[in-house]
Amino acid sequence: MATATVQPVERENYLNKEYGVGSWLLTTDHKRIALLYLISITFFFFIGGFFALLIRLELLTPAGDLVQADTYNKLFTQHGQVMVFFFLIPSIPAVLGNFLVPMMIGAKDLAFPKINLLSWYLYIIGGIMMVHCMLTGGVDTGWTFYVPFSTAFSNTKVIEAGLAIFVAGFSSILTGLNFIVTIHRMRAPGMTWSRLPLFIWAHYATSVIQILGTPVIAITLVLVVAERALHLGIFDPKLGGDPLLFQHLFWFYSHPAVYIMILPSMGVVTEIIACFSRKRIFGYSFVAFSSIAIAVFGFLVWAHHMFVAGISVYAALVFSLLSYAVAVPSAVKVFNWTATLYKGSIHYDAPMLYAFGFLGLFTMGGLTGLFLSALGIDMHVHDTYFVIAHFHYIMVGGALMGYLGGMHFWWPKISGRLYPEGWARLAALIVFLGFNLTFFPQFILGYLGMPRRYYQYPQEFQVLNVLSTAGATVLGVGYLLPMIYFLWSMRYGKPAPDNPWNAAGLEWKTPSPPPTFNFEEEPVVTWEAYNYDEIDSGQKQEAHVVG
Amino acid sequence: MLSDSQTMAVHGETNNPALLHHFATEEQQKDASNFGMWIFLGTEVMFFGGLFCAYLIYRGWYFGDFGAASKSIDATLGATNTAVLICSSLTVVLAIYAAQTARRGLLLLMLALTMLFGCAFLGIKGVEYKQKFDEHHVPGASFSFDHVPIPGHPDQYANPRHAQIFFALYFIMTGLHALHMIIGLGIFTWLFWMAWKGRFTPEYDTPLEIGGLYWHFVDIVWIYLFPLLYLIDRHP
Amino acid sequence: MSDHSKSSPLKTYFAVWAALLLGTFITYKAAYIELGVFNSAVALIIATAKALIVALFFMHLKGASEKLLKVVVISTIFFLFILLALSMADYGTRRWS
Repeated sequence: MATATVQPVERENYLNKEYGVGSWLLTTDHKRIALLYLISITFFFFIGGFFALLIRLELLTPAGDLVQADTYNKLFTQHGQVMVFFFLIPSIPAVLGNFLVPMMIGAKDLAFPKINLLSWYLYIIGGIMMVHCMLTGGVDTGWTFYVPFSTAFSNTKVIEAGLAIFVAGFSSILTGLNFIVTIHRMRAPGMTWSRLPLFIWAHYATSVIQILGTPVIAITLVLVVAERALHLGIFDPKLGGDPLLFQHLFWFYSHPAVYIMILPSMGVVTEIIACFSRKRIFGYSFVAFSSIAIAVFGFLVWAHHMFVAGISVYAALVFSLLSYAVAVPSAVKVFNWTATLYKGSIHYDAPMLYAFGFLGLFTMGGLTGLFLSALGIDMHVHDTYFVIAHFHYIMVGGALMGYLGGMHFWWPKISGRLYPEGWARLAALIVFLGFNLTFFPQFILGYLGMPRRYYQYPQEFQVLNVLSTAGATVLGVGYLLPMIYFLWSMRYGKPAPDNPWNAAGLEWKTPSPPPTFNFEEEPVVTWEAYNYDEIDSGQKQEAHVVG
Repeated sequence: MLSDSQTMAVHGETNNPALLHHFATEEQQKDASNFGMWIFLGTEVMFFGGLFCAYLIYRGWYFGDFGAASKSIDATLGATNTAVLICSSLTVVLAIYAAQTARRGLLLLMLALTMLFGCAFLGIKGVEYKQKFDEHHVPGASFSFDHVPIPGHPDQYANPRHAQIFFALYFIMTGLHALHMIIGLGIFTWLFWMAWKGRFTPEYDTPLEIGGLYWHFVDIVWIYLFPLLYLIDRHP
Repeated sequence: MSDHSKSSPLKTYFAVWAALLLGTFITYKAAYIELGVFNSAVALIIATAKALIVALFFMHLKGASEKLLKVVVISTIFFLFILLALSMADYGTRRWS
C-alpha cells in the first residue's frame, strides 16, 4: 500500500453499490440524498457568494458607481434569499443530518425514505424557480419582502420569488417531519433518549421549529402573491390593510428560522468538542434541554425585528424582555462547551479549529444580539450595518463554521477518504481571519450610522468598507480551499479507516464509506454517549455492534 | 411515550410485502406512518393559523364592516355544508370499521359515500361562490359593496374597502379549504381503488387510517370556518 | 391503535355524529339570538367542543396508546395560540400610547 495513489479496497458501500444517473436521482438511500443536497447547496452557495462579491465590490467606493441603485437592491435581496432559503436552512440538516441521523441512532434509513427524496426534489424545483426568477429580472424587495413595496410598488418578479421560496419551504417541512418520526420511532435497542448524541437532540429541536414555523411563512407568501396579483387590500393601508400584519406573520417564521440555521451547527460543535477534548460533554442534559428551550423560546421573540416599525411600545417591551430570555439557553451551551474543554486533552485538528472559531464568533454574535434587544440601542442601530454584522457573526461565524467543521469531521466517513490535514488547518485559519476582517468593521460602521441596503455612503466610511471587502476576498479564498481539496481527496486522498478520530458514536462503527444499509446487524447500545474515557482507556464496548 | 420495547425493534420475521425494509416490524411502520400524519396535520394547523391570525386582527378592527359582509353570505348553505362534512367524517370512521371487520362491501360503500359528501360540499361551495360573483362581492376590479348597512346600526353603511378585506379572507380561507377537500377526494379515490383491489385487511389498514386523519382535519378546519365567517353578527 | 376497545365503537361513532350535528344546529340558531359579546364566545366554544370530539373519537386520539400524539396536538395548538396572543399584544395595545 505504499504507492503514490492508493486505491481503496473495493468493498461494497453506498457509493459503489450502483452506478448511473438514475441510481442517484431515484435513490431513497439517505446517504445518497445527503450528497445530492451537498452538491445542490454548494451550487447555491456560489450564487449567493457571487452576489456578496458584487455587493462588496460596489461598497469599495462611497459613490454608487459599479451598479445602479435598482440593481444593487436586487443584489442584496437575492444574496439574502439564496443564502437563507437555499443554503443555510437546508445546509446541515439536509447534508449532515440526512447522512448521520439514521446512523447515529442505529437505524437503516430515515422513517420515510421516499419523502426524503421528495424533499430534495421540492428543493430543486424551488431552486430552479429561484434561478429563473433571478435570470429574468430578479427581485428587489429585500429578502424580507416587506409590504406594501413588495405587493404594490416593486416592478420585479416578486411573485415568482415568493413561490420559489414557498416550494422550498415544503422541502424543509418534510425534512423536519422525517427527522422527528425517525428519532422517536427508529432508535436501536438501548439507544435511549439520554444516550443520544447531542447532534440528534439539536436536529430534533431544529425539526420542531421547521414544522411549526415554516407553514406560517408559506401562508404569508401566499397572501403576498394574492395581494400582488389581485390587489386585495390585506396589506394595503389605502384599503384598510395593515403592513405590520405582514411583518408579524413573516417574522413569526423568520425569527425561529435563524434557530433552524444555528441549532444544527451547535450540534456539530458539540460532537467535535467532545471528540477533540477526549471528554464527555459537561452537563449533557443541560445541553440537550437547552436545544429544546431555544426552539420553544425562539417562537416568542419575533417582534424584536419590528421595534421601530410601529408596533405598540408595550408590545416592544414584552418582546425585548423575551429576547433577553432566549439568550439564556444559548449561553448555557457556551458554558457547557467551555467546561468540556477544561482539563480536556485538546487536539487541534481542522474540525476543532472550526469549533474554536465557532465558540468565539458565535458568542460575539449572540452578545450583540442582546445589544439589539435593548430598545434604546435598537433605535440607534436598527437597519444599520450593526445588524448585518450581528447576524453574519452568527450565521457565517457560527452556522457556516459549524457546517465546515462538520464536513471535515465526517468527511472520512462520507467519502472514505482523508482530506489533507495541513491544508485544512490553513483554510480554517484563513476563514477565521477573513471572516473577522470582513465583519468586525461592520459593527463599527453600523454604530457610526451607516445604513444597510445602501449602495453609496459618506466618504468617512470608506476605510472600514475597504477593510471589509478585503476581508471578504480572504474569506472567499478560505471557502474555495476546502472545495478544492475535498474534491482532490476523492481521488487522491488516503483511504480512511472506520474511525480515524477514534470518536464515539454509532456512525463510527461502520466502514468508511458505509454500506447502503448502514449496519450489518442492528446495534444494541449499552453505553452512554461520549464515553471517551472508556474509549481511550481501551475498554471494550459491548459486542453485537458490527460494521 | 411508546415503551422502549416497541421502539427498539427486533428483527422480525414477516412475509408481509407491505413491510418496508427499513422497518423491523409492521407495528413500527404503522406507528411511524400515523405519527408522521399527525405531525403533517400540525403543519397544516399552522398553515391555516396564519390566515386565522389575519382574520382575527381585521375582525377586531372592522367588526361592523365584517358583520355586514358576513351577513351577505348564505348561512343556511354554510350550515348545510357543515352537516355534509360531519356526515362524511362519520362515513370515514365507518369505512375504517368496515376494514377492521373485513367487510369489503361496506368499506367500498362508505368510501364512496365519503367522496359523494365531499363532492356535495364542493358543489354547494360552488353555488355560494357563484352567488358572490353575481353580487360583485369578489375582490378585484368589479368589487362593489355600497350602501350595505352595518348590523345593528341601520343608519351607518359598511366601508366597502374593509368589506373587501373580509371577502378577500373569505375566498382565500374557504378556497384553501376547498383545495384541501379536492386533494382529499384524490386521496380517497386512490383509497377506493386500493380497497377495490382487496388491499385492506384487519391487519393492514394504515392508508385508510392516515387518509382518514387528513379528512377529519379538513372537517375540523371547516368547523371553525363556519361560525367565524358566516355568523359574525347575525342577530340584529 | 389495534388495542383500543372494539366493543361497539359504532355506538360511539353515531353518538359523536349526532352531537356534532346538534352542535351545528345550536351554533346556527344561537347566532340569530342577541347575546351581545357572548355570541362569539358561544360559537367558538361549541366549535372547539366539536373539534375536540372529532379529534378524540373519530381520529382515535383518545385510544392512542401513548401520550406522544397528544403532545403533538397540544404543542401545535400552543404555538398557534402564541402567534395569536403575542400578535394581539401589539394590536391590543396600540391605542394605549
